[in-house]
Amino acid sequence: MPIGVKVMKRPGARASYVRATLQGMLLTLQHIFRPKVTMQYPEEKSTADWAIAPRWRGTHRMLTDEQGRAKCVACGLCPQICPANCIKLVPGEDEQGNRYPLIYEIDEFRCVFCGYCQEVCPEEAIHVGVHYENSEFSRDRFVYDLERLCAQTHPVSSLWDPSDPKGE
Amino acid sequence: MTFFLITSIIKIIVVFTALMVGIAFLTWLERRVCAWMQDRLGPNRVGPQGLLQPAADGLKNLVKEETLPAEADKVLFMLAPAISFVPALLTFAVIPFAAPLPTPWGDVDMVVANLPVGFLYILAFGSLGVYGIVLAGWSSNNKYALLGGLRASAQMISYEIALGMSTVAVLLLAGNVTLTEVVAKQSQSLATWNIFPLSLAFFIFIVAAFAETNRLPFDLPEAESELIAGYHAEYSAMKFSMFYIAEYSNMVTASALMATLFFGGYDIPFTQWDNVPPWTVVKTLATLGAFLVKTGFFLFFFIWVRWTLPRFRYDQLMALGWKVMLPFALLYVSVIATVVWVLHARLGWAYDSRFALALFGVNLLLAIPLFFVLDRGHIVSGSAAEERA
Repeated sequence: MPIGVKVMKRPGARASYVRATLQGMLLTLQHIFRPKVTMQYPEEKSTADWAIAPRWRGTHRMLTDEQGRAKCVACGLCPQICPANCIKLVPGEDEQGNRYPLIYEIDEFRCVFCGYCQEVCPEEAIHVGVHYENSEFSRDRFVYDLERLCAQTHPVSSLWDPSDPKGE
Repeated sequence: MTFFLITSIIKIIVVFTALMVGIAFLTWLERRVCAWMQDRLGPNRVGPQGLLQPAADGLKNLVKEETLPAEADKVLFMLAPAISFVPALLTFAVIPFAAPLPTPWGDVDMVVANLPVGFLYILAFGSLGVYGIVLAGWSSNNKYALLGGLRASAQMISYEIALGMSTVAVLLLAGNVTLTEVVAKQSQSLATWNIFPLSLAFFIFIVAAFAETNRLPFDLPEAESELIAGYHAEYSAMKFSMFYIAEYSNMVTASALMATLFFGGYDIPFTQWDNVPPWTVVKTLATLGAFLVKTGFFLFFFIWVRWTLPRFRYDQLMALGWKVMLPFALLYVSVIATVVWVLHARLGWAYDSRFALALFGVNLLLAIPLFFVLDRGHIVSGSAAEERA
């Protein structure tokens, strides 16, 4: 035995090569005929045993009210809590004194998808979404402005709830 | 003479094309079967069931950049893929793949070159293939590639002897090295297929053939987990593909040889219809079908084993080659030679099913100690050191 070769301590009676080989070949042969686990992605996005989690935190979505305006009141909590500093908010105020965002932009490249913005939002306006298909042809397209955030239609994340940890 | 030239050229073109298409199909099959064994689907996007995947791969490899390591030996580096590729294709030339085809100008043997030295030619060219691998490893000027090349040569030497010895028994029974004669000798009945009288020779042959073609569990020259990619670590694009084509054509040749030497070649079992003139086109096609089924099974077997067994350690490989295969092959040849001499010269039996079954009995007796030794794992499992202590 060459120096440095680690030899497993195994009783000679239990060591088998031919029988183990035949068993292994039978096993691989059986697997050929088993149902396959592959999900054929672009056509199939969920299967019987896999669907995207409702708590998934993906690209953001801004909810809107009945008039189609963003629910955001420009309170400034989400840029404050954002650990990645990816939210740009410039507040404005109309004649009745209602605050609204003049500029609301999220840089999805900076975002770490922690979901704090959704958690902190008192108006339940900004949400992280259950969504993962985000490819674009240019980098600038990853800065989502208010219009784009409002136009998203994917479901929003149901964040982890400490009082209901298993989501029941 | 003109007839011979024309038929030979046609046969070369047809066999070459069929071989290359078969190899392309084989790369697809390898990936599909491997995927199925792992409960996946494998490549199924390009063309129906992914059948055009090899064409896509080939196109990709043709337009890829060819890299040339700065310190490589340029001439040998360029030459090495061709050196491993050409012998791999050449070996197929002597394998008979169907009964003769009748034409208005005479019968055409369905073998590219019906060489009288048939089998010796295969041994000669089969071992030439290793030069490509060794030169590739050396000329890359890369230590891992060199190690792969060294391993390939050591492995080839160790198993070539066992391979040659196992076939000596076949040649003893056939009394001839021409492969068409070997096939004719086997076609008397099912029992005279060499797998029965020479079962253990087949076992040695198949193990050695795996080692010769560098397939798992003997893919130490490549050993991607230890040597990155071994001898072809520095190759890219079509030169890299050439090594793959060489590996697969070696596989095809080895499978065809197993079918020819041990499974009656193109013989259809349970009937003598296919072995006697007059030759017809139907007979040629039927025997070709039989040959393809047998070869196809062994190709599947290569893939099956590859995706089942893990790679041997280097010392296990050498121990199996020199301590088990070689002595056993030597012993086997002497035993078979003795039994053949007793049956043939002493008892005066002609070569028929009775003769073959008697030899089969001898094989069964020899199989017990062989498989006992192999199975208890003193050679190939890690228990050897503990047993000695």
